[in-house]
Amino acid sequence: MDTDDEFMSTVSSEGDMLPDDSDNDISGDDDFGFDDEPDPDLDMQHDIGQTKRAPYDVKFTVYQPQDIQQQQDVLVNEVNMILNISKEEAAILLRHFRWNKERLLEDYMDRPEKVLEAAGLSQMTCDPPKLEVIRGFCCDICCEEEEGLQSFALKCGHRFCVDCYRHYLGQKIREEGEAARIQCPAEGCNIIIDARSLDLLVTAELTERYHKLLNRTYVEDKETLKWCPAPDCQNAIECGVKKKDLSRIVPTVSCLCSHRFCFGCILNDHQPAPCELVKKWLKKCADDSETANWISANTKECPKCNSTIEKNGGCNHMTCRKCKHEFCWMCMGLWSEHGTSWYNCNRFEEKSGTDARDAQAKSRVSLERYLHYYNRYANHEQSARLDKDLYAKTEKKMVQLQKESGMSWIEVQYLSSASMALQTCRQTLMWTYAFAFYLARNNLTTIFEDNQKDLEMAVESLSEMFEKPVTELADSRLKVDIMDKTSYCNKRRVILLDDTARNLAEGKWIFNVEFSNPTPMPGPSSRK
Amino acid sequence: MSSSKRITKELTDCTTTPPPNITITLPSDSNISLWHITLAAPPESIYHPGKFGLIVSFPLEYPFKPPQITFATRIYHPNITNESSGSICLSLLKTDNWKPSTKIVTVLDAIRQLLVEPQPDDPLETRIAEQYKNDRKEFEKEAKAYVNKYAKGPVKFSTTTTDGGSTSTSSTTAPPGEA
Ligand SMILES: [Zn+2]
Ligand SMILES: [Zn+2]
Ligand SMILES: [Zn+2]
Ligand SMILES: [Zn+2]
Ligand SMILES: [Zn+2]
Ligand SMILES: [Zn+2]
Repeated sequence: MDTDDEFMSTVSSEGDMLPDDSDNDISGDDDFGFDDEPDPDLDMQHDIGQTKRAPYDVKFTVYQPQDIQQQQDVLVNEVNMILNISKEEAAILLRHFRWNKERLLEDYMDRPEKVLEAAGLSQMTCDPPKLEVIRGFCCDICCEEEEGLQSFALKCGHRFCVDCYRHYLGQKIREEGEAARIQCPAEGCNIIIDARSLDLLVTAELTERYHKLLNRTYVEDKETLKWCPAPDCQNAIECGVKKKDLSRIVPTVSCLCSHRFCFGCILNDHQPAPCELVKKWLKKCADDSETANWISANTKECPKCNSTIEKNGGCNHMTCRKCKHEFCWMCMGLWSEHGTSWYNCNRFEEKSGTDARDAQAKSRVSLERYLHYYNRYANHEQSARLDKDLYAKTEKKMVQLQKESGMSWIEVQYLSSASMALQTCRQTLMWTYAFAFYLARNNLTTIFEDNQKDLEMAVESLSEMFEKPVTELADSRLKVDIMDKTSYCNKRRVILLDDTARNLAEGKWIFNVEFSNPTPMPGPSSRK
Repeated sequence: MSSSKRITKELTDCTTTPPPNITITLPSDSNISLWHITLAAPPESIYHPGKFGLIVSFPLEYPFKPPQITFATRIYHPNITNESSGSICLSLLKTDNWKPSTKIVTVLDAIRQLLVEPQPDDPLETRIAEQYKNDRKEFEKEAKAYVNKYAKGPVKFSTTTTDGGSTSTSSTTAPPGEA
């Protein structure tokens, strides 16, 4: 939404207003900048779409836990030396400034007291934190006042007994997952507990968790860093794509753990559909789940003899075991019509206006349209899963075959590549249907559907080869076919992604729903 | 670490110097963790002269966890749910903001203040909040109608009469034409 505002202000500054409004000028120049802080990644941003990188590729770096720790240490040491404050305090300040060192230094030079107070550090001392026994002390939390009660206070002087302090910290760290912003337990006091004081108060186990959480804030505080969402993966990814760029690029990144996800919304890779449409689509699917449920079922009836047919591989070319009828799992149409020139399975034919005049008919058409896209979306998702299962089974058999036929491990890797290609291509195909659902009908859409069709046909034929029994798979002719088809699939996918990403970057797609920034930055004249 | 010492101390403090407009009773002498509070709306509040029952329940982890407080008397207010057991939206009581050294007196003060000055920008009842902002006159009329209906006479703390008044009030709670 801020994109819109900024966009408007840019336009008006160049259009109807005199150009002496310096505020607007700045926002006009820096259309990739972050709103309220200097942008260290500007260079990276300008790279997008300019270098030899494919238009659907973004630049990113994967960091492992030790890298993340080291980056923080470097920053803490720098601030510690420049400002001559303790490392603990440097860390608190940096966290307060969300690890923006430049802004911290600048603000600190201007008004050190104000910065320290805002960060919860008030006046600094170099005394190490210590536990004390104070005569006549009564803990304000538990109301305990026995002799020899050990107590602790941060620099603010709000003193509580050690037991209460420990309990408080334990709850914050263990239950609430808080670390960087744990305040003094006193009401209305915003002093932040530092790492040294914490180490003094809690058990080693809690300290470890605390430092882990602190590390997390480093990643969570920076817009350019995100955790890899794969379970058990500890890596973080750095990418310069900002929230407001998401209407022009789909930033798929891939972690060292091989998980591929969208840096914008953390969901699994959803190229070519932009995040905003993905969100809309998933919401629609969730809202309409009941209407659409029957589609994703694993069994359907043969359209000819009505006997139940189960799908157990990814391939959508079905043959009824009973009547030998061949049909397409997605549209239930004759498979013979899915030959090259007649293939029309991916395109939804809009019925001409006359029969959709009344509201009821219109709503039926819109449901049919949705089901068309949902059906294919869900099918590719399901097929990818089935392909994967099939590969697992095949792999086992291949090992056996290897032994029997004397093929080496390297020689059967083509199957693994084929399986990988099927997975990624189906993932892409799946999202092409969500994307197409929101596309307005025009020339670009037709080109898109042609690319989609080509990729889909390639994938289906690779998938079909993949379902062959192991004995046939080992045949060298089929092996060559599979290898060719695999690279053809990958090529078709690149062509499709290339085309969609380029048009997205240039704002050429016309959607049938509201979409932020649907047009490229227009000249001021086009706005009048 | 037991919370009873702390609760006992707070109870003693509250009975020796009672906070303004507030009476505290214990429904059961054996359970110090459950308080019944009668809060008289202060004169500057539109809820005056209504009297409201509040149920305060101290959790086992008190004071590390905030007390739970509900309105036993129905009230028409942007920050209190419009039901027979009204929950309150008070930032002081949210886990993130709660401090173990915060006393119940402070919380009760905040609730009394909420009766004087609702916070429509942080609402639990969005419709009432909108009305409060855009049609104060109508809001006050409804609020006063609630006071007359529920907050006069002896304060009741039982929440058993869930359905009792709902049939007659359903017309007032349903979103009207909206100005
Ligand atoms: Zn303090
Ligand atoms: Zn204590
Ligand atoms: Zn990972
Ligand atoms: Zn995304
Ligand atoms: Zn059949
Ligand atoms: Zn079909």
